[in-house]
Amino acid sequence: MTSPDTETRSVIVEQEFPHPPQKVWRALTESSLIEQWLLKNDFQPVVGHSFSLRRDPVQNWNGVIDCQVIAVDPCKSLSYSWGAMGVGTVVTFTLTPTDTGTHLRMEQSGFRPGQGANYKGAQYGWRGFINGLEDVVAGLE
Amino acid sequence: MPSAANSLFRALADPTRRAIFERLARDGDLTVHALTDRAGVSQPMVSKHLSALKRARLVRNRRKGRETHYHARPEALAPLVDWIGDYGVFWRDKFDRLADVLDRLEDVDERNAK
Repeated sequence: MTSPDTETRSVIVEQEFPHPPQKVWRALTESSLIEQWLLKNDFQPVVGHSFSLRRDPVQNWNGVIDCQVIAVDPCKSLSYSWGAMGVGTVVTFTLTPTDTGTHLRMEQSGFRPGQGANYKGAQYGWRGFINGLEDVVAGLE
Repeated sequence: MPSAANSLFRALADPTRRAIFERLARDGDLTVHALTDRAGVSQPMVSKHLSALKRARLVRNRRKGRETHYHARPEALAPLVDWIGDYGVFWRDKFDRLADVLDRLEDVDERNAK
């Protein structure tokens, strides 16, 4: 039994890449490569290492995601904490070799159901979210 | 995407509507007259924009004497925040980039091997 207060939800994205796990691992753990697909960072594949991911600041958010490496299992799995805008989650990558490459699973866990709906305008600043919305809407129809 | 989110996104896509909503969020209760003074469009247009904002539940109105007063409901932005908070969108986009990075890596490795 989970009460609504303690229940959390995850975001899971999975994709197969036609590349060996070793290469996918490099892209997940080498700072310069991480920057090319994810965000600017000072990542090191060392358990306990604190690092930040940086995106462009938006109004009321400096764009910094505070992270700490939780687990490193070379070519198999990697997880780190992910703190952004007062919401703390955990990101875990799991690599599984396949006949043609690597199956990569990303799970970001720890979202509480109320975090979206209990919108705190003062905390987040909704204007930041709305910037660029025209582009999004242009793609709606 | 659920229809509530669609009407919300459409309502906020218009710069004038967004300005009206921002003003109400900032200044609290305002009449159509007060909003028209600063909106840069005619009063009928302001009323039309207010209707769209009302449909998206972004504003509410109430009669006060002879005038109708409007106020913002920032909590109606929840679907938008949910949508953006849905990191699935974020990660799918990132995975697309990752695929590109991996493809380029291969090229470099192959060049080095030659």
